[in-house]
Amino acid sequence: MKIQLRFFASIREALNLSQETLEVPAAVATVGDVRAYLRARGGVWAEVLADGRALRMAFNQELASADTVLADNGEVAFFPPVTGG
Amino acid sequence: MPIRVQTEDFDLAVELAQLRQANPKIGAVVTFLGTVRDLNDGSSIAQMELEHYPGMTEKALSTIVDQARQRWEIFDALVIHRIGPLLPQDQIVLVAVSSAHRGDAFAACEFIIDYLKTEAPFWKKEHTPQGARWVDARTSDDEALAKWEQDALPLPIRESKK
Repeated sequence: MKIQLRFFASIREALNLSQETLEVPAAVATVGDVRAYLRARGGVWAEVLADGRALRMAFNQELASADTVLADNGEVAFFPPVTGG
Repeated sequence: MPIRVQTEDFDLAVELAQLRQANPKIGAVVTFLGTVRDLNDGSSIAQMELEHYPGMTEKALSTIVDQARQRWEIFDALVIHRIGPLLPQDQIVLVAVSSAHRGDAFAACEFIIDYLKTEAPFWKKEHTPQGARWVDARTSDDEALAKWEQDALPLPIRESKK
């Protein structure tokens, strides 16, 4: 399955990456799975996407939880808690 | 239900005039205007940079305004949020709500800005003498949100929706 990744604010800066297209194996079925899959890259990925770190996730531009199920060509985003207004 | 995310400044008087012109039944317009402070967490702020998530931002704001419309009797709601570099005293956000009476307009306006601050994907980066830093989310913003979740459920029963 192919997904689009988006990163924002401090997450984007830490990874030095704003977006990426990724082909994930069948075992990666939820947004939480994507987080774990990326964390396995190690280094800054493991640090930025670590469990327990304040991080929000979205799927197809709506807030998502770790259980949110992926769909082909979906867009998964990672970003810190929001601070607008 | 205009929602705008823009780099340009906006004219409060023009925006309110447009909102009011739309409907002679309006009896109240409540506005919240957010501006950039020159001090935060003990540091002077030379500049503020606003980042957002294009597409999701508009969706999130639209959902927030829809929720406000379901809870209160309001005619219209306007949300303008600026992005990009801003300076102290610049206008950063406007929420304006029109209704027949002030109670619904006050409540809906506060609800919209409270939800915007915790649900709409905007992030602030401050430029201070010590360097640039991302603004952390505030616990008080989450507390403001929790208040609505306690207060407003179940939805108030309306006698009529004329």
